[in-house]
Amino acid sequence: MTMQARGLLAGGFLLLTLGGALQAGVPARLEGPVQVLKAIGPEGKGNAEASAAWKQVASAPLPVLPGLLEAMDGANDYALNWLRSAVESVEDRGRKAGGKIPVAAVEEFLRDTRHHPRARRLAYEILQRAEPERARRLLPGFVNDPANELRRDAVQLLMVAAGEKATGDRVAAVAGYREALGYAREADQIDDLAKKLGELKEKVDLQKVFGWVTRWKMVGPFDNTGGAGFSKAFPPEEKLDVAAELDGKSGKVRWVDFESKDDYGLIDFNKPFSDLKEVTGYAMAEFWSDTARPVQLRLGCKNGWKVWVNGKLLFGRDEYHRNMEIDQYRLATELKPGRNVLLVKCCQNEQKEDWTKEWEFQLRLTDEQGTPIVSTK
Amino acid sequence: MIPKIESAGPSPFFAKTMKTHPIVAAVLLALAGGLSNHAADWTQFRGPGGDGIAPDTRLPTSLDAGAVAWSVNLPGRGISSPVIVGKRVFVTASSGARQDRLHVLCFNLADGVLLWERQFWATGRTQTHEKISAATPSPASDGQRIYAMFSSNDCAALDLDGNLLWFRGLGRDYPNASNSLGMSSSLVVADGVVVAQVENDSESFTAGLDAKTGLNRWKLDRPKKANWTSPVVMKGTDGKPVLALQSSKGVTGVEPATGKVLWNYDQGASTVPSVTVAGGRLYVPSQGLTVLEPTSDGQAPKQVWRAAQLRPGTPSPVVVGDRVFTLNDGGILSCADVADGKRLWQLRLKGPFSSTPVIASGVLYCVNEKGLIQVVDPAKVTDPAKPESAVTSEFDLGQTIVGTPSIAAGSLFVRSDGKLWRIGRDSAL
Repeated sequence: MTMQARGLLAGGFLLLTLGGALQAGVPARLEGPVQVLKAIGPEGKGNAEASAAWKQVASAPLPVLPGLLEAMDGANDYALNWLRSAVESVEDRGRKAGGKIPVAAVEEFLRDTRHHPRARRLAYEILQRAEPERARRLLPGFVNDPANELRRDAVQLLMVAAGEKATGDRVAAVAGYREALGYAREADQIDDLAKKLGELKEKVDLQKVFGWVTRWKMVGPFDNTGGAGFSKAFPPEEKLDVAAELDGKSGKVRWVDFESKDDYGLIDFNKPFSDLKEVTGYAMAEFWSDTARPVQLRLGCKNGWKVWVNGKLLFGRDEYHRNMEIDQYRLATELKPGRNVLLVKCCQNEQKEDWTKEWEFQLRLTDEQGTPIVSTK
Repeated sequence: MIPKIESAGPSPFFAKTMKTHPIVAAVLLALAGGLSNHAADWTQFRGPGGDGIAPDTRLPTSLDAGAVAWSVNLPGRGISSPVIVGKRVFVTASSGARQDRLHVLCFNLADGVLLWERQFWATGRTQTHEKISAATPSPASDGQRIYAMFSSNDCAALDLDGNLLWFRGLGRDYPNASNSLGMSSSLVVADGVVVAQVENDSESFTAGLDAKTGLNRWKLDRPKKANWTSPVVMKGTDGKPVLALQSSKGVTGVEPATGKVLWNYDQGASTVPSVTVAGGRLYVPSQGLTVLEPTSDGQAPKQVWRAAQLRPGTPSPVVVGDRVFTLNDGGILSCADVADGKRLWQLRLKGPFSSTPVIASGVLYCVNEKGLIQVVDPAKVTDPAKPESAVTSEFDLGQTIVGTPSIAAGSLFVRSDGKLWRIGRDSAL
């Protein structure tokens, strides 16, 4: 099946489910306890009350399962865990008592992509335990699903199918891997697919697949002796003027253009500024959007860093040379229509070991599933 | 069917210690039976005393496939130690492409049947070094509840039947509290407080969480430096529990109920192997191995001795009677006199090692990263120049083992990334 055909099917599927939205709900006697679980907040706020409420919810009978799954909609990450464990308890107790899982209602919940992705994955696993064949039949349909864990497993099916063709039918294998690559959103699957296609002499444009922001202006070095530069606001944080000459660590510095050619979009400060220690650099990129929209800014960096979008500080972290991976940090932010400005501060520390040379980052913007969003200019 | 296993009983080494060092032996006996409500339980990383010594003398000293009572597959990775309370074995694991599915599993001690499982979604970062996973910190129990901590700094408290009592997302509450190589500090419970050492390069702290509600009783700022060590609880000179928190700066004594700092040892310490408490003394991986004795005047503990040649690797030091043992990553086991730190012998075990040896009846159970269990009975060393005779048995599990085993019910519990073994006799025997 082509990617386009799958997209049409998914769209039709979505319309059908929108027309008959599931409203399972929970029995009136559980509404209060469920709300207590959903009111859980940071630093354990509500834990004491939730402990009692959990017991009521967790001892509910099996028909309540779809309603509890639905209660996960809009829940925060703490509450999701309270609800999840209650669902597990209901399922476990019901099963041991010889009860019947309401598979039709669970499947209906699973099919409705408006529900929380994690709740839908949990519904899938309940279905898998109750009727494995029913779950297996559904899995290929999740290849373009907003729930990443479902999508991942469906992509894996495509990868296995393509692999089975690799020895006898190269063209079919390439087509299969390409199709899987179109749906894959997680770095390890993308890497695996690029490798398999490479073995079949097929080139994958990883920069494009990941959607790295590759064109930047960079300036530095500023000071970071003793790590003090991380919290010091150097001129680019005060006023972003790429034409300005600025006071750097060892004299005047100017912004320079830098374009990454790296498959993984590495923006390497050592390239324009050479291998320096106890220094701070800045990188600025313009990012154009047709509309206002929420995005995830996904960053990988093993240096101290801060990141701003349109002058607003999103996050910063002063950890050096522990580890770096793709999408290491996922920061929710918003783009405005037209020109947006990304600013990254990247600090290098004093360590001298070979593995502490890196002074770099990688950055991309995606939707929640990891689909790259690229600049329109 | 449980195979016949060679009886261990108190080893000659232990028996000798009882004769020659009655005070040390008394302390060992107290640790073995007097300080826990469930003397046979293994309630945390390195056991109820935090010293790796089992309050249980019935453990096989000769291991082979026939000694395996049961083994079960685990649904995810992990190097955390199993916790055993009564007739239940608790294990944590993590799964998923991003290791963000956190599992707490409860198995029946007798046959390994899964009694219940709870899963949580990590709310903090799950990135770790490839050698470890989100299920690296060991859980702990006070005999009534199981407290499960993960590298994401998520912490869940459940009763022994799997009912959720509270949940904390410390990595979400304090968003810079993480380590990109992974967090590994295990929990301890003292004075109704669950102690979570969340120390890293950025937002570094140790928290005392109320055991009943999970709310912060106290939160102590700690050195901004990655730290993989685990806290231990010792008795202070006034008999009250004192928490020993190790870091790159040294060791800090803290009142567990309040978080009040009682004393500081400030001469630096390792951030990997953890301090061991034995006989009221602290065996600190600091400038080799430094032994400290707390004072009653609230001042820094005084140094008893220091031995640069006893520097431990990843495994923490262990003390057995009047001997202290350190193990480096390559597998060199050093045995020294607890009185002065004088090295008595060195034995080359088959390495490499990450896990800390555990002890029953004075016998060391050392599990290397290749999954080879080597049983070392120090009493068998009659000639320090030929310590090889101490290795009484070897048993290969054939899987990578990074975590520290546990001992309870006459058995050794070992886990890999995918499996849990019970090795030893039926607890009814």
